[in-house]
Amino acid sequence: MLEINDLSLTVPMQQTSVPAVSHVSLSIKPGRVMGLVGESGCGKTLTAQSILRLGEHQGIGKISGDIQLHGKSLFAMSEKQLRKVRGGEIAMIFQEPMTALNPVFSIGSQMLEVIGLHLDLNHQNAQLHAIQLLEDVGLQDAKHLLQQYPDALSGGMRQRVLIAMAMSANPDYIIADEPTTALDVSVQKRIIALLRKLQQDKGLGMLLVTHDFGLVAEMCDDVVVMYAGEVVESGAVMDVFDAPAHPYTQALMGCRPEVAQNGQALTVIEGQVPAPGEWPQGCRFAARCSHADGGCQKPVAADAWQDGEHIARCVHVQVKPKADESC
Amino acid sequence: MLEVRGLSKTFQSGGLLSQGQSKKAVDDVSFHLHAGETLAIVGESGSGKSTTARLAMRLIDSDDGEIAWQGSDVTHVKGKALRLQRHQIQMVFQDPFASLNPRMRIWESVAEGLRVHRPDMNKQKRRDAVAEALQQCGLSDAIMQRYPHQFSGGQRQRIGIARALVVKPKVLVLDEPVSALDVSVQAQILNLLKELQQTSNLAYLFISHDLSVIQHIADRVLVMFDGKVVEQGDVVDVFAKPQHDYTRELLAARPITHPSERISL
Repeated sequence: MLEINDLSLTVPMQQTSVPAVSHVSLSIKPGRVMGLVGESGCGKTLTAQSILRLGEHQGIGKISGDIQLHGKSLFAMSEKQLRKVRGGEIAMIFQEPMTALNPVFSIGSQMLEVIGLHLDLNHQNAQLHAIQLLEDVGLQDAKHLLQQYPDALSGGMRQRVLIAMAMSANPDYIIADEPTTALDVSVQKRIIALLRKLQQDKGLGMLLVTHDFGLVAEMCDDVVVMYAGEVVESGAVMDVFDAPAHPYTQALMGCRPEVAQNGQALTVIEGQVPAPGEWPQGCRFAARCSHADGGCQKPVAADAWQDGEHIARCVHVQVKPKADESC
Repeated sequence: MLEVRGLSKTFQSGGLLSQGQSKKAVDDVSFHLHAGETLAIVGESGSGKSTTARLAMRLIDSDDGEIAWQGSDVTHVKGKALRLQRHQIQMVFQDPFASLNPRMRIWESVAEGLRVHRPDMNKQKRRDAVAEALQQCGLSDAIMQRYPHQFSGGQRQRIGIARALVVKPKVLVLDEPVSALDVSVQAQILNLLKELQQTSNLAYLFISHDLSVIQHIADRVLVMFDGKVVEQGDVVDVFAKPQHDYTRELLAARPITHPSERISL
């Protein structure tokens, strides 16, 4: 199990640092896909990157909490141990397949480099492994592809190459940050299918970071919604889609054009997300929420509302009664 | 109002290593656009949708085809007539930040079009026009002295729209205007565009890859693939009964809205 407990992070801003993530807890279970959803600036990517302790050299600081892999703290590990975890036990897939590959090295040399970091194979076996990995992600003529440069590949092919590289040391966990956002719609669908297949075949635990509820609906078993640096709701994907509990989740799902009524204006969330460092004491969504009252001015517990595994950081949850179980 | 027939454009790729290659980016594209309506162009990267819009705007010259504006041929107009023509059709880009000069105050950026298209206006009149355009886009004129970096993505896109509206065009070409925005901000901008269309009778040429957005905002849709229009018609008809395989493929690739629609592997 990969667990984040009570994680709080700061980002550097001018001469000081401001809080950007507060008290986030979530666990990624083997064989399950966890969606981490929210809008720009909510802290989802920071949270995900902190799992591999990326971003520390950019001044991201941890002020509380821990991240544990199989019960061992990633913050207690040496740089050498961390290098084994990165790509070895936990691999990452990024949004930009255009920038994540180095344009001056061939696909083969970049793949062999990654394979060499984690596996003790001679050149020929490493090459065979690379070909196998490329075939596993649905790329044709893998042998020829190894000699190609990223420039010659389409966005979808590059993302497949990056997925193949992520799989090279047979990791237990994958962190995928907006893996389909930069791709064309039809390519997205195929990459989603590929990720689902790999995840199921290999029983991977996956953290999928996205702003896109469509992608969550396609891929996730569980979902965590973040707003202004904190988790506002979490639960099984069916429960959250059937009956979103937090007013923010409800509003965010409601502004999607695909759920709009014909000819009607789209639902909007008035106001703006409070900036990091300007968070109120109480509920961070209260200023934009139609249910807000005096009770929202005090700090709200992460599980202020609870229905089994489904929890929400809200004291005014109004959930529609569940649809008849028989249907 | 705007009618294009048989537009074509071939680009030569001039790289050192790829000499002599050419690609037909737009191939025999025809459409018309009426006042007050929204025509969407949908297609994937490289399908020619942005080039088609730029050709229709006369920002680039076509190799072949005709462009008519309110019945008169503007395919080859030059000089003052071309400037007048460009005045009628303004553009809003995907990334408004990239299209705003970071060193210019907001009011100067928004007023740029006026300097070109309305040289008769004095500074005070330009300021008044800018304030009005900002107001139409839901922004206070108090922001006129500020700089682009002080604004969020949604506000920047409002500024980008104000900048296009300030010269009072008849058509807006919107090139992926909400693709870079969060879904809650996207909803605000789409609502604003609908309002503006109703109050000003604007026509939109709306370029997007997002079928849900198109279904919400457009009256008619042009589906492009590999430089060609493979299908066009009313949004309702095309979405309900797609005729071309490519349109069907695009529709099938739409993201699902609920996990219960998931197809098991």
